[in-house]
Amino acid sequence: MSNQNIALESDLMYIFPEILFHDERPGYEGYIIKSEHLSSFMQRLRDDLGYDYLSSVTGVDYFPEGFMEVVYHIRKSIGGYPLVIKARLDRENPVIASLVPIYPGAEFQEREAWDLFGIKFEGHPDLRRILMWEGFSGHPLRKDWKEGYYEEEFKPFKSRWPAGHYISHEDKHPLGTNVDYPAGFNPESWIPEPEVALYSGLGRIERKNEETGINTDQVIVNMGPQHPSTHGVFRMAVKLDGETIVGLKPVMGYLHRNHEKIGERNTFLGIMPYTDRLDYFNSMSNNFGYALAIEKLMGITPPERAEYIRVMMAELTRIVNHLALFGFLLNDLGAYFTPFLYAFEERELILDIFEAVSGSRMMCNYHRFGGVARDLPAGILEKISDLVIDRLPRKIDDLDLYITKNEIIRHRSEGVGIITPDQAIAYSAVGPVLRASGVPYDLRRAQPYSIYDRFDFDVAVRYHGDVYDRYLVRLDEMYQSLRILKQVINNIPEGPIQAGKPQYQVRVPAGEAYGCVEGPKGELGFYVISNGKPNPWRYHVRAPSFINLTSLESICIGNKIADVVVILGSIDIVLGETDR
Amino acid sequence: MADQRDNYMYGLGILKGLGLALRHFLETYIDDIRHGSKRYKTPEGIAYRASKDVSGIFTVQYPDEKIPVSEEFRFLPFLIFEEKDGEKEYRCTSCGICAKVCPPQCIWIVRSTDPNTGRPIPDPAEYYIDIDMCMNCGYCAEYCPFDAIKMDHNYELASYTRAKNIYDKGMLGQPLSYYESIRPINYQREESARIEAETQRAIRKTVA
Repeated sequence: MSNQNIALESDLMYIFPEILFHDERPGYEGYIIKSEHLSSFMQRLRDDLGYDYLSSVTGVDYFPEGFMEVVYHIRKSIGGYPLVIKARLDRENPVIASLVPIYPGAEFQEREAWDLFGIKFEGHPDLRRILMWEGFSGHPLRKDWKEGYYEEEFKPFKSRWPAGHYISHEDKHPLGTNVDYPAGFNPESWIPEPEVALYSGLGRIERKNEETGINTDQVIVNMGPQHPSTHGVFRMAVKLDGETIVGLKPVMGYLHRNHEKIGERNTFLGIMPYTDRLDYFNSMSNNFGYALAIEKLMGITPPERAEYIRVMMAELTRIVNHLALFGFLLNDLGAYFTPFLYAFEERELILDIFEAVSGSRMMCNYHRFGGVARDLPAGILEKISDLVIDRLPRKIDDLDLYITKNEIIRHRSEGVGIITPDQAIAYSAVGPVLRASGVPYDLRRAQPYSIYDRFDFDVAVRYHGDVYDRYLVRLDEMYQSLRILKQVINNIPEGPIQAGKPQYQVRVPAGEAYGCVEGPKGELGFYVISNGKPNPWRYHVRAPSFINLTSLESICIGNKIADVVVILGSIDIVLGETDR
Repeated sequence: MADQRDNYMYGLGILKGLGLALRHFLETYIDDIRHGSKRYKTPEGIAYRASKDVSGIFTVQYPDEKIPVSEEFRFLPFLIFEEKDGEKEYRCTSCGICAKVCPPQCIWIVRSTDPNTGRPIPDPAEYYIDIDMCMNCGYCAEYCPFDAIKMDHNYELASYTRAKNIYDKGMLGQPLSYYESIRPINYQREESARIEAETQRAIRKTVA
């Protein structure tokens, strides 16, 4: 523990003597707070101690013990490690004060905790389900909740081995009950209350225009879920006054599969390929974050060469992501598909490298606990350095040359979708969205992980906070990634790529860990609780795409309906990660 | 980096953009002339279009042309058998590590038992992989202690019915020579390790 943390610890215990306790369970960190004092404590933490950035909120269900915990990870936007605060609740009646008035960024995360755990947040402005549908029965991340076709609590299932003969449940009951409805619920006669709630939440005002004397009516337009500009199945209910946006509610969960429940049923190693499917553009970064969390629990570090390979892959992924984003963003801006395909050429070349290294272009599944799956094949380093030194700088310069100053792009993106630094921090925005509004916050610098402290690079930052700056930040980041990649290629050592022997059943000691990386979309965190068994007790993903959407409404208000498409494009969401 | 906000292109942006598209278009034809008949449907042509030097056309005319996959490329698993006296001898011992490590649990195995004693013998009676469920992660191949299951390169497996997508032992089986042909480097490494281990064992035996 660093000196700073020790100082902080004594301070916190000194400032809040009666209400704060150390979490003394072995392997756990942080503090437990009496839940009735949460709001006042957080208020002081934010205003007096500088913890202005709420990174993650989630619940944990301790089932046989009969209590629940809400876990908060709070950071300072000037950098440093997160402070972990937990509040303990009664499992039968979990109620706690909402943090939305203090940290608006908690809005969606608290809705998620309500949806998946049934924790009620008092004072939340709009506590509806967010990922599941309103007619859903129960709260699926509670440990006593069982899914349709439930087989066993933990993988590996015994029906596969040694028992052998397995017939899938869907085949046994082709029309069987896959869905549980709440008592008295009839899907045939159901009027979708969430829609009513959604629209009444948006409100609807008729008014008379005083100049013309004409009665005008605000209208609600649903963009999505099958709108091509939403980059997947994502819906925005937009309230319009003429063309101007006066209200917006995102509706998501169409791609929800309860990744976290799948993870809690699975073994530690078995989760790794599932993380590929979160943000399917950046599977290498996802693997990285998850591996860091488990390595923290296990107390191992990968050997040098593996660290270099990881950084190399993470930075290549960043370039892939930003290139793909440029393509999509320009599609949204009306430059239909030509720049997109030019960007995808470079992406293809990088994906060729991923295929040669990991075996798969997109679902890489390359990181292991304490290293990577296999060493770089012969000749691949030369290929990477050809790309990094020769081709990519040239091509990114091309993009810059043709796009950056183009007046159509600039007229459509400058001054559109502005988010101020204060707002960005309050709404827990991460990644390029945060950095484009003038907050130079990058986890690679703010909380260096792996070997990022060795590399020479600048944190890309821009100050206008509009769509154009979010584009420029990503452009700068690609140049910085190339800079890091050059240093990696020059310094990569020979040696082993895995600490210890590769194991398929890792022993993970009991405890909790939060592993996070600066993914291309922002802080991607994995919060894992182990109880010493082969499966995690709690597995939570702090998804940057999801949390960045919290600020969408306030970014969009005052802009025109046509700009929503561009703003959403510039936030850069991937629905695989948003909906999990 | 300087703020670029003050410089506009003043109409040149459109011309520049169109010029870029035109350049790509023309480069394709220049490349066509330069490479002649080697440009399409030849391994050199395809390799060129997947290299860093490519300009002009980038796409490959699937299914007439296919980009060769890299050695580590993984798709579905297959079981390796060695042919001895016309009999297929599977390397699999039905130890079940693949079934245990499989994240979506798409592998299931029925062990053989000795008809006389009723004890399990190291040979799978049945071996199934539901390829609808398989997520191509490669764990089964990575953690198999007997090098008995490996990942295939064949990615074309459309079929007309879903029922055909549960592969049994016969459909999964491939001869060792097939493995050698798709993954020569891995094959060489594993074979030399095996020979090494066997000589070590022989030495130990003679010493004892």
